[in-house]
Amino acid sequence: MAETTETTPAPTHPGKVPGPPSGSGDGGDVGGVFLTQGQLVRRRFLRHRAAMTALTILVLFILFVYIAPFFLGYSLTNLSAGSYEDPSPAHVFGTDQVGADVFSLVMKGSQFSLQIGFIAAVISTVVGVLLGTVAGYLRRGTDTAVSRVTDLFLVVPLQAVAAILIAGLGGSWWLVGLILGFFLWMPIARVTRAEALALSQREFVEAARASGATTWRIVTKHLVPNMIGTIVVNATLTLALAVLTEAALSFIGLGVQIPDTSLGLVLNQNYTQLGTRPWLFWAPFVAIVLISLTINFIGDGLRDAFDPRQTRR
Amino acid sequence: MAAYILRRVLISIGVLLVASFLLYVMVASSGDPLAGLRARPGITPEAIDATARQLGLDQPILVRYWEWFTGVLSGNWGTSVALGQAQAEVLPAVGSALWVTIRLVVIAEVIALLIGGAVGAIAALRQYSITDYTATTLAFVLFAMPVFCIGIILKVYGIEFNVLLINLGLDRWLTTAGPPAGGFTGSPGEVFFKFTGAYILPTIALAAISFAAYSRFQRASMLETMRSDYVRTARAKGLTERQVVLRHALRNALLPVTTYFAYNFGAVFGGAIVTEQVFGWNGMGSLLVRSIQQYDPNMLMGWLIVTATIVVLFNLLADIAYSYLDPRIRLG
Repeated sequence: MAETTETTPAPTHPGKVPGPPSGSGDGGDVGGVFLTQGQLVRRRFLRHRAAMTALTILVLFILFVYIAPFFLGYSLTNLSAGSYEDPSPAHVFGTDQVGADVFSLVMKGSQFSLQIGFIAAVISTVVGVLLGTVAGYLRRGTDTAVSRVTDLFLVVPLQAVAAILIAGLGGSWWLVGLILGFFLWMPIARVTRAEALALSQREFVEAARASGATTWRIVTKHLVPNMIGTIVVNATLTLALAVLTEAALSFIGLGVQIPDTSLGLVLNQNYTQLGTRPWLFWAPFVAIVLISLTINFIGDGLRDAFDPRQTRR
Repeated sequence: MAAYILRRVLISIGVLLVASFLLYVMVASSGDPLAGLRARPGITPEAIDATARQLGLDQPILVRYWEWFTGVLSGNWGTSVALGQAQAEVLPAVGSALWVTIRLVVIAEVIALLIGGAVGAIAALRQYSITDYTATTLAFVLFAMPVFCIGIILKVYGIEFNVLLINLGLDRWLTTAGPPAGGFTGSPGEVFFKFTGAYILPTIALAAISFAAYSRFQRASMLETMRSDYVRTARAKGLTERQVVLRHALRNALLPVTTYFAYNFGAVFGGAIVTEQVFGWNGMGSLLVRSIQQYDPNMLMGWLIVTATIVVLFNLLADIAYSYLDPRIRLG
């Protein structure tokens, strides 16, 4: 491999004293101890109070959502309770029209909503990062082609295309996640393209290219690791967006279909009761807002941690 | 400039053409228009084949697309195949639904843009003040809320508000069935009363989310311009703070927000689809849901092409406006 040449010492400039990298005031030198980039980011994130609070709440919520139903043990298919029972110690949020325990429904819906959001975020990040970095690195024809494809995907509202595909392919939770993922990558592609454009002008990319590295190697080993902050931040924001979009689709009956469920579907089945049995609406609503709010706060904290200059505050 | 506009227009037309084909394939493969017929008892396979031939379903997809495409160009968008639609023409059906939706969207977006722009600018001018933190928190919470939930909450408490009005001996004000098909009738005062009663809740629901986005955008862009050299120059010339802010900073800071508005139109339209469903409006939202649930391919294609054209048109306007206001875009 051509990479063997990388071991030869680089010629140092005469007159330049080798030493610790100087530069931004927020460098690696903290109290005399050297920290890697990763350690710095972790330290900044851990000190971000809003993001840490949000992360704690979200983690506790996720654990609760997956573990609590085991202890409650309510079946969502074999129903024994009556229709629209009021909240009681046995049914904290009462029961719905068919007599299912609403608390268990919200737990189940949260599980599926989180899973859908996770699938959508992973897929859109992979697709968006690949298209964006390759377009930004190769430029010319590739860049134009990718931007035309992006235009095509932005032409129709996401909700409409996703709803038609879900109607055609089926409304199981993983399919909904998959479909949403394939229609949420465009913003990620746009930001990674911009970063790749700037990064590919830098010396280390030029050096890699000069030493014969393939496009794939440059993208995966040189470009992507250098924009990991942007990628992670956008992935979290996409997760929140996917949870909200799924809720909207399922709410109008065009998303997740029974026997799977989601917070949007739980809302769809219970929102008409807001006037008379408000808890039937507020329970799934609070779950959605909790998920998307905490994820947004975490994304904000990550943004500050990766790039302290570019705070939203 | 003319060359730039021409190039953008040609690209937009190309995107629209390719999109129409892809959408046609997607719609054609996402359902079976003969499902209703097959489900009927006593239908022989021969009869089904005959209907398929009659509808052209035995043709390759390219041929079917071409037939549909030439039909659209000559103004024949096909008819609905859904039950109870009595072979309704696609174009008038989409047109009347669009008229309902577009009014709602435009009113909500203009309000969101005005309020969001103002709040964002003020938050930037008073950075880290109580106003700033309140605006930030509000935007964050609104961002995290599904659009339709704001609609549901407004609707339920709107009904209670009506009850309160009736108890006070007044007419009920808020209506939740959308604008009447024949338009608002009565004296100008009555029209205004009915109009606001029908529009106020969906408008608030739709504007709330956009407001969050616009205020954040405006704040960021205002912060940037306030730190720019030309603002410092304006101050150094001895202009009053009022002149600096209104004439130099705000004008430039408005640019990104207005173009974001145009680029964002597809997403806003998507939000409107769901909001309409909450309020039972008979617009693009209910047309889409009906067409998907009954699998009505011609109606779906009509819906998609009309929406896509609007989105592409708004993007085109944004591109042209941006390049006119900021010549660096054109040259770059």
